[in-house]
Amino acid sequence: MATMTMIQALNSALDVMMGRDSRVLTFGEDVGYFGGVFKVTEHLQKKYGAKRCFDSPINECGIAGTAIGMATYGLRPVIEIQFADYMYPAYDQLVSEAARIRYRSANDFTVPMTVRMPYGGGIYGGQTHSQSPEALFTHVAGLKTVIPATPYDAKGLLIASIEDDDPVVFLEPKRVYNGPFDGRRDRPVIPWSKHPASEVPEGYYKIPLGKANIVREGADLTILAYGTMVHVALAAAEDSGIDAEVLDLRTLLPVDIDAIVTSVAKTGRCVILHEATRTSGYGAELAALVQEHCFYHLEAPIERVTGFDTPYPHALEWEYFPTPTRIIKSMRRAMEA
Amino acid sequence: MSRKNALELHIPTPRSRPGDKADFSGWTFPEPGDTPRPDIDTAAVEMRDYAYGLIRVMDMEGNALGAWTPSIPAEQLRRGLKYMLLTRAFDDRMYRAQRQGKTSFYMQSFGEEAVSVAQSMVLTPEDMCFPSYRQQGLLIARDYPIVEMMNQIYSNAHDPMKGRQLPVMYSSKKNGFFTISGNLATQVPQAVGWAMASAYSNDVRIASTWLGDGSTAEGDFHAAMTFAAVYRAPVIINVVNNQYAISSFQGIAGGENTTFAARAVGYGMAPLRVDGNDFLAVYAATQWAAERARANLGPTMIEHFTYRGGPHSTSDDPARYRPADEGRAWPLGDPIERLKQHLILLGEWNDDQHRQAQEEATEKVREAGREAEKIGVLGAEGAHPAQSMFEDVYKEMPWHLQRQREEVLGG
Repeated sequence: MATMTMIQALNSALDVMMGRDSRVLTFGEDVGYFGGVFKVTEHLQKKYGAKRCFDSPINECGIAGTAIGMATYGLRPVIEIQFADYMYPAYDQLVSEAARIRYRSANDFTVPMTVRMPYGGGIYGGQTHSQSPEALFTHVAGLKTVIPATPYDAKGLLIASIEDDDPVVFLEPKRVYNGPFDGRRDRPVIPWSKHPASEVPEGYYKIPLGKANIVREGADLTILAYGTMVHVALAAAEDSGIDAEVLDLRTLLPVDIDAIVTSVAKTGRCVILHEATRTSGYGAELAALVQEHCFYHLEAPIERVTGFDTPYPHALEWEYFPTPTRIIKSMRRAMEA
Repeated sequence: MSRKNALELHIPTPRSRPGDKADFSGWTFPEPGDTPRPDIDTAAVEMRDYAYGLIRVMDMEGNALGAWTPSIPAEQLRRGLKYMLLTRAFDDRMYRAQRQGKTSFYMQSFGEEAVSVAQSMVLTPEDMCFPSYRQQGLLIARDYPIVEMMNQIYSNAHDPMKGRQLPVMYSSKKNGFFTISGNLATQVPQAVGWAMASAYSNDVRIASTWLGDGSTAEGDFHAAMTFAAVYRAPVIINVVNNQYAISSFQGIAGGENTTFAARAVGYGMAPLRVDGNDFLAVYAATQWAAERARANLGPTMIEHFTYRGGPHSTSDDPARYRPADEGRAWPLGDPIERLKQHLILLGEWNDDQHRQAQEEATEKVREAGREAEKIGVLGAEGAHPAQSMFEDVYKEMPWHLQRQREEVLGG
């Protein structure tokens, strides 16, 4: 066991997999010598050689397109899109190609690749370094979408994603790369080393895709969250005095419906969190699922606390970001209904 | 409202339209045999002229001339000719099958048969082809059963794609034929990535990919050119310039100002520009590019200068956008007629043999057609169970697809 930040845990996952499997390679913008702008691929080029960890031209379509070709050859490429906001030039390759090659070729060709992307706000990154595009992936048949919230989960889920035989979009909540930020900006920053989930095995382990995690048990209300919002949800639960159960979904597609149903059936109330814009966001899917599966258990309308339907506003970041204060308001509404 | 120094927007316009006579006046080509053949290790920067010339081997009488003349045994040439005849007969039959309502859609390669057939014969069966939708000749020249192609076109019970793909979107990994997308140029960066993976794995196989003149305008093409050049991928990028993207003449894709082969120059990639209706020239250029790739000397882009003899697909009528006689007036002839003439000049072929080969091709297609139609044509009841649509979305079916499948099964 070692104490790791999320960045170190992701780096360790890549290190473990490159050590175990010569088919695993990684590339992207500034990924090689420099080790990535967030340092997730640091030291890998030195350890495994430039052939297995290298810099790419600034062309996301080319990064995704070549990785698809490599995967159909039989390799297991892990590509980095420097910011999820830069994903759009690669979108056709992901949606029309990676997601459908198994299906359209009737299993003749497959695409076991992992697409890593830092996403989310709270870093003063403005509209081009803060977006949360997860719904653009969960809407696509053939892709899996994974979002970790802690160093321990990040490593186990990344290893599972690399070993998965289907294309996986792996979104990394960059606001919690270096510490479990919980949205309480008036408090001192907590480092990962103070959090139990920073205890990470140095070797190989997997967390299965499609399994949620109950990070706080509670009886009054269920909060569905993922990524940075898991920590914000915990802070809201603590500050509100409401006995909330917090579910970290970890995989958005396929989502762990049993965990959701079990929790909401128990509490009868549901608050859904995400940083992304609200309309047609992933929260809409969650609300629909809860309604379809738990309608007769519900004691109150489902609440959504999300980013607003605007581009990500640089200077108004903290009005936009779903903070514990906003979440508590929704929790109270759900409790009083 | 006239204004001094007013700007004017240029919209490229072809020389002739329906009702006009085909106009190729002023088009000049190097003479057959005039283009020197560089060594395969020639630096890309020294190959600039090849982007603006045209490699031609056969003259219009069928003589093979110059340094690019490939050495091909007569038996191999006859096979090439027969594959082209089979491809044409297949296209003819399937085009009519669509007209008869047996399928939804078809795309011929009429006039472009030399590109795919000659190239398929140069590449090894282990090399991976990333085609667009007009390279059916690759599969035919790799002896893929044409009845399987028909099963795919009819989406019948034996369709290897299980009725999931538009007609002509074949896939056959064991024949080195990548699953066709239908989205344009997406296969080009994938071919580059496959080639990079082959080099990464110290393999000996190379990749080859095809796209049209129109598709070179897609970002994917430029992404692929950048990556191929940067990582010296063992790949051949073939731009089949058949003059048309559906109704848009090649000027709309940028062909008015330069050649498509010239795109390679800016990327520092070896360019070749070849008469695509000259089987021998296509064969020789492909051999050059394949040898270069196999020797770790990097990618080549080949522009195949040809003419799309038929419509884009069964969904358009060329009489509405180009002169009716343009195909017949094409200055570089027909690829089948030209190889036939060459073989006759060699004393290795005659008109009777040709007629017989044509009849054999037609008969083969007719026979396969009967077999495929017996299995079923598009829309035949029960060709694919409804629940099969949920298979292969993922390796293992997740819960939400299982539930949707149950919905279908439950009626």
